[in-house]
Amino acid sequence: MKILVCVKQVPHKDARLEISSDETWIQDESIKFEINAYDTYALEEALRIKDAGEAEVVILSIGPDRAIQALRTALGMGADRAILVWDDALAGTDSLGIAKALAAVAKAEQPDLILTGLMADDTNYSLTPPMLAELTQLPHVTAVVKETQQNGDIVAERELEGGALEVVKLPRPCLLSIQTGMNDVRYASLKGIMQAKKKPLETKSLADLGLQASDVAPKVTLEKIFLPPRGKGAEIVEGSIDEIATQVVTKIKELGLL
Amino acid sequence: MAFESLDFYRIDDELSDEERMARDSVREFVDKEFLPRVVEHVRQDGSFPLELVPKMAELGLFGANLTGYGCAGMNNVAYGLIMQELERGDSGLRSFASVQGALCMYPIWSFGSDAQKQRWLPAMAKGEAIGCFGLTEPDFGSNPAGMRTRAERRGDTWILNGTKRWITNGSIADVALVWARTEDGFGGFLVEKGAPGLEAPDMKGKFSLRASITSELYLQDTPVPEANRLPGVEDMRGPLACLTQARYGIAWGAIGAAMACFDEARRYAMDRIVFDRPLASLQIPQQKLAWMATEITKAQLLALRLGRIKDEGKLHHAMVSMAKMNNVDIGLQIARTARDMLGANGILDDYASMRHMLNLETVRTYEGTHDIHSLILGQELTGFSAFS
Ligand SMILES: Cc1cc2nc3c(=O)[nH]c(=O)nc-3n(C[C@H](O)[C@H](O)[C@H](O)COP(=O)(O)OP(=O)(O)OC[C@H]3O[C@@H](n4cnc5c(N)ncnc54)[C@H](O)[C@@H]3O)c2cc1C
Repeated sequence: MKILVCVKQVPHKDARLEISSDETWIQDESIKFEINAYDTYALEEALRIKDAGEAEVVILSIGPDRAIQALRTALGMGADRAILVWDDALAGTDSLGIAKALAAVAKAEQPDLILTGLMADDTNYSLTPPMLAELTQLPHVTAVVKETQQNGDIVAERELEGGALEVVKLPRPCLLSIQTGMNDVRYASLKGIMQAKKKPLETKSLADLGLQASDVAPKVTLEKIFLPPRGKGAEIVEGSIDEIATQVVTKIKELGLL
Repeated sequence: MAFESLDFYRIDDELSDEERMARDSVREFVDKEFLPRVVEHVRQDGSFPLELVPKMAELGLFGANLTGYGCAGMNNVAYGLIMQELERGDSGLRSFASVQGALCMYPIWSFGSDAQKQRWLPAMAKGEAIGCFGLTEPDFGSNPAGMRTRAERRGDTWILNGTKRWITNGSIADVALVWARTEDGFGGFLVEKGAPGLEAPDMKGKFSLRASITSELYLQDTPVPEANRLPGVEDMRGPLACLTQARYGIAWGAIGAAMACFDEARRYAMDRIVFDRPLASLQIPQQKLAWMATEITKAQLLALRLGRIKDEGKLHHAMVSMAKMNNVDIGLQIARTARDMLGANGILDDYASMRHMLNLETVRTYEGTHDIHSLILGQELTGFSAFS
C-alpha cells in the first residue's frame, strides 16, 4: 500500500508574528517554522498503518527551500521518501492552485490513500483537501478522528457538532482529512533523524509536473491582513474575587445571556 | 507559554539539519513529558520519573553519540545540544542521561570486551538496563587516585572491598561500574545488581539535584568475575576519559539551565509591574538581562567550537575543563540573578530558576569542581601542577 501524506510548513506556534510592511503577509524571514499540527496527526496515522503492516509513506509538500526541514522531520519520524514542489509562480497562488500542484503529484504517484490535515494553522481555509480529492476524483471525508482498514475499504469516524460522531465507509483509493487529537504523535527519534538524511528527497518544479504558471494563477488574491482595531466598551470589573464574580454574573443576567 | 531559546548570534545557522532536529525533538520531549512532572519529584527528595525511561530510550537519549549497539551515532554537537535541552528541563534529567551514556556505556564501548559490549550496550541503549559510575569515595572526591576501594585477585575472581559515595542512580542500577585499586594500578569492574556483599542505600537530605537518585555503594567481599573487569583499563586514564565525555556534556547542559532561567526572568520582567511600570523597563533589570544574554551567547560559542573540535578529533581535556568551568559558573550566576529578579515568587517551585540554581551547585562540584578545572587549566598554561 502506498500512502501519500500532504504536509504544510507553517510558522511555529510560539513564533512572534508581525505583519509585513506591504500588509499582505507576516514577516517570515527570521521566525521558526514547524509542520502544521493537523498534518502531524495525518503523518502519525500513516506511520501507524505502516507499523501495522506493509506500507510506503510518501510525504508531499509545497513550499520554498525552508520546507525541506519539515520534510526531513517527517522522514526522521519514519516516512520513506519526500517530494517538495516549488516554483515562484506558487508564491501567491490560492487553495485551488495548491490543490492542482498536489493533484499532479498524486496522479503520478497513484497512492492507495491520501492523508492530509483538516486545515492549515496559518491560513485556516480547509479548502485544499476537498479540492485535491475532486481534482483526483477520489472519494473523501473530512474531520476524521478514527480510521480502520476493512478489506480494501476504509471505515472512518468523523466529528460532528456537539460531540457526536458519525461512522462512514469508503473504498480505497480515497482521501481523508484528519482532525487533531486523533492519535499520539511520535517524536522524531535520534536514530530516525540520522536515517532521514539517507532517504530520498526529490524537488520538483511546476514544469516537472506538466503545469504552467497560468495553471496556478490565483482566482482569489490576498489583499490585506490586519489586526482588528481594539474594541470599545470593554468594562473592567474590580474588587475581591467574590465581588467580581457577583458583578460578572449580574452583568450577564442583565444582558439576558443567562 | 513555551520556552523561547536565546539565539542572539544566529548560532542556529551554524547547525546542520540533523543537529537542529535532534535538539528540537528533545526540546519537545522535555516540554511535554518531563517538565509537567519535575516538581513532584523535586518535592520528594531523591526520586526520578523512572516511567520516562522507556520513552527516553525510544528517543535515543542513551549513548546518542556512540555508534552501533542500537545507539544513534550522532556527532558531538548534536549530542551537546541534546544535553543542553535535557538540562533545560533539570540537571537531574541530564545527569541521568550523562551517567547512563557518558559514564557507563562509553567506558564499556571504549574499554570493554566484546562479550561485555554485547551484554550491556544494547540493553542500556534500550533503557532496559540502568548503569551507575562509582568513582568518588567519602574521603576522595577531587583526588580519586587516593581511593581506598581495592580489588584483590583470587584465580578468576576479584574480591572488592570499599565504600563509594555520591553515586547517581546507585540504588536502581542493574550494573555499577566500580573503580578500584589493584595490585598494579586501577581497574574498572562491572558489578551486577544483587552481587553478594553489595548494598546501595540512598542518600537523603539534598538541597540540590533532588530529581535524581544519589546513593552510596558498600562492597564487602563482593566477588566479581574476571570476565566483568574492563580489559582496556589499567590506570586512572580509564576513569578520566569517561569524565572528559561527561564534562563535555555538562558544558552544554549548563547552557540549557541558563537559557531556562533567562527566559523565565525576561518574561517575568515584562509582565511584572513595579512602581506602575514593567520591571523590564527599568535600568537595573535591563542590565541584568543584557549581562545574562551576553554570557549565554559566549557560552554557546564556546560549546559549539568545543563540539566541532571534538568531532575533528583534536580535543584536549583542558579545553573541556575551560568550557565546563565557565559555562557552569555563568549558569549558576544567571540562575541566582534570575531568582533575584523574580522576587518572592522566585523562591516558589512554580518557577524554575531556584531549582536550577540549587541544581547547579551540584554541577559546579561534580565532574571536577570549579577549582579543580582552574588548576587543570593552570597546569596546562604553566606546566606546574598546583594540586598538591
Ligand atoms: C548530587 C551528586 C551526584 C554525584 N554523582 C556522582 C557519581 O555518579 N559518581 C561519582 O563517582 N561521583 C559522583 N559525585 C561526586 C563528585 O564527583 C564529587 O563530589 C566531586 O568530585 C568533589 O569531591 P568532594 O565532594 O570529595 O570534594 P573535595 O574534593 O573534598 O573538595 C572540597 C573543596 O576543596 C577544593 N579542592 C579540593 N582539592 C583541591 C586542591 N588540590 N586545590 C584547591 N582546592 C581543592 C574543591 O574545589 C572544593 O571546593 C556526585 C556528587 C553530587 C553532589
